[in-house]
Amino acid sequence: MRTWAGPPGAWLTPTVRIGLFVTCLGDTMFPQVGQATVRLLERLGHEVLFPTDQTCCGQMHVNTGYQRQALPLVRRHTEVFESCDVVVAPSGSCVGCVRHQHRLVAERYGDPDLVAATEASAKRTFELSELLVDVLGVEDVGASFPHRVTYHPTCHSLRLLRVGDKPLRLLRHVRGLDLVELPAADQCCGFGGTFALKNPDTSTAMLADKMRHVLSTGAEVVAAGDSSCLMHIGGGLSRLRTGTRPLHLAEILAATDEVAA
Amino acid sequence: MTTFIGMPTTVTAPRGVGQLRGEQTFPRAARVAVGDAQLRQNLAHATGTIRAKRAAVVAEVDDWEQLRLAGQAIKKQAMAQLDEHLLALERAVSARGGVVHWARDADEANAIVTGLVQATGEREVVKVKSMATQEIGLNEALAAGGIQALETDLAELIVQLGDDCPSHILVPAIHLNRAEIRDVFRAEMPGVDPDLSDEPRALAEQARKHLRARFLSAKVAVSGANFAVADTGTCLVVESEGNGRMCLTLPETLITVMGIEKVVPSWRDLEVMLQLLPRSSTGERMNPYTSAWTGVTPGDGPKAFHLVLLDNGRTAALADRTGREALHCIRCSACLNVCPVYERTGGHAYGSVYPGPIGAVLSPLLTGVEDNPSLPYASSLCGACFDACPVRIDLPGMLVDLRRRHVEARATASPVPSPEAIAMAATAWTMSDASRWRRAGRAGRLGRLLARPRGRIRSLPPPLSAWTSSRDLPSPPAETFRDWWTRTRGGR
Repeated sequence: MRTWAGPPGAWLTPTVRIGLFVTCLGDTMFPQVGQATVRLLERLGHEVLFPTDQTCCGQMHVNTGYQRQALPLVRRHTEVFESCDVVVAPSGSCVGCVRHQHRLVAERYGDPDLVAATEASAKRTFELSELLVDVLGVEDVGASFPHRVTYHPTCHSLRLLRVGDKPLRLLRHVRGLDLVELPAADQCCGFGGTFALKNPDTSTAMLADKMRHVLSTGAEVVAAGDSSCLMHIGGGLSRLRTGTRPLHLAEILAATDEVAA
Repeated sequence: MTTFIGMPTTVTAPRGVGQLRGEQTFPRAARVAVGDAQLRQNLAHATGTIRAKRAAVVAEVDDWEQLRLAGQAIKKQAMAQLDEHLLALERAVSARGGVVHWARDADEANAIVTGLVQATGEREVVKVKSMATQEIGLNEALAAGGIQALETDLAELIVQLGDDCPSHILVPAIHLNRAEIRDVFRAEMPGVDPDLSDEPRALAEQARKHLRARFLSAKVAVSGANFAVADTGTCLVVESEGNGRMCLTLPETLITVMGIEKVVPSWRDLEVMLQLLPRSSTGERMNPYTSAWTGVTPGDGPKAFHLVLLDNGRTAALADRTGREALHCIRCSACLNVCPVYERTGGHAYGSVYPGPIGAVLSPLLTGVEDNPSLPYASSLCGACFDACPVRIDLPGMLVDLRRRHVEARATASPVPSPEAIAMAATAWTMSDASRWRRAGRAGRLGRLLARPRGRIRSLPPPLSAWTSSRDLPSPPAETFRDWWTRTRGGR
């Protein structure tokens, strides 16, 4: 359910000033994903801003039942990015939280001004593939990545944001990239935030099937648009010493002949 | 908590009766289930088959999304005026010679049905598959009253013979394969062919022989209902085997136990529902048998008809602004079949007759979340259930809201916060301030010590050991993103 309904490229101006929401996980655990996003957008001629007061969207709190505790995070997030025209996050689930859950938290625990602010925030926030394809109107980002890759679409990108095949369209334009279809791609990898800790056995059973499908493709790289799902899949692949590495979509799209991912 | 003026006093489903609560938490039950290789195989095969069938027949319908919207609107409207529709239903059923009974909870419903059967002098009833009677534990209550209930739905019969519990709403014996079913028949079915094979045809024929005699002799039947039409007083059962039709027409007395949420205002509503239900449940364009009956008809079918309207926590669910949507469920089980959690654990792990995503919301709503505290967390929130639901129940949103209710109820009940609540408050506090967050990010680099010498964290203490028991964690980076940004861009 996209909230921005304009035609592709409608916002396209020679340079778009894009606010980067790097996400708490991207900030502290996967800085290379944020760096790749910056490199990619700057290479495409856009200006990237990083409001340094940003922290976290509060998704973990909301999804674990601590909605009240998420209120200050929702308030902070909407304020920090208020001055940006467009905000991008290299995470389908964090964008899903901003777009769908911030308003719920504001309605329950906040005030009408915050509700209005979350609505505006929802409209200007995009997941990376949405930003590239819908807002910037580009599918060939000039990347080069000569490897065999399979793509896990991630649940929230697929079913909360409905990004459809946008990530795949971007990947198909990457020079040298051999894209292999992932069997049962739309099945959850079993991460689910605190689900992985509260239901470790079920989570691991789901992960085992996801890994089986990834390995069946013979891909060197499993890519996704969410660092959290990749941390999960990658954590399993690493434990089994499979040698298959997880890589974020942004890292592949940022890769060129000069700067490898 | 918002207080509404004029809301009725609500009661949740009572403890100690029926099957809405598990004996152990979901994670504990799931741990055993995911380790059962045969169960995993059976579930993956069965859910995979139904998923493919459903996807194929749904794809045939051009206006499927419009149908879903219509189904959602019908149920929403019906629930908004549930009191009026139920009274209209009672009037219509009574006018056609039926008797309507109102049961506040499982105990009342069981007492009503037991009393009705005892009044006939019969000691045996035949049953057509009914979730509501499983929910209230009717068979056990009848047994206590000296009455034997015989399940006639093939899968229910298998489960009953094996002294087992249903594990799926539509396919109660989904956890068994045909060899296991043959073994149940051989061990438990009176007069069974000792050389019975595990061919589906042979198994069905054996069940048919077993059941036919009982159908012909039974004087009392107990059924559920998929729908009840308020303006005509008509009840409907949708089924595949024909056992329902036998139960509904052959006995002299028919007792139907139905949750109050099954009422729809008019026949026009069934035009939508009967398109949505079979495609979503069995993956068929149309189900083989749809039986509809209205009161009693002299010289045709049962001479006495009783309709027991069951609340058992439904009014409490209706009073919940978010939770009331669970009452829209038409028990198709599409959400079970697409659920990655259900596919790995099966239905028994949920401890309730309602498993899967809908069970994870419905069971806590009916019992109160404090009696089913682990079920709302039995989901990775992947959203596949919402996409499959024919009446667009926002199951992920409801699971998240039940988690909120559980957390807030626990905080109110105990002055000592749980370790989880402390961790959540601490992270929220840290993340509420950018400089605190920056310092926390830098402190995270200490984790690099744990990652030596392999560059991966392979073991952590509890509760994070739940992660590292099967998954590595990457080493925290030498530099956070914001520190990199400040260093390279000067904090622009």
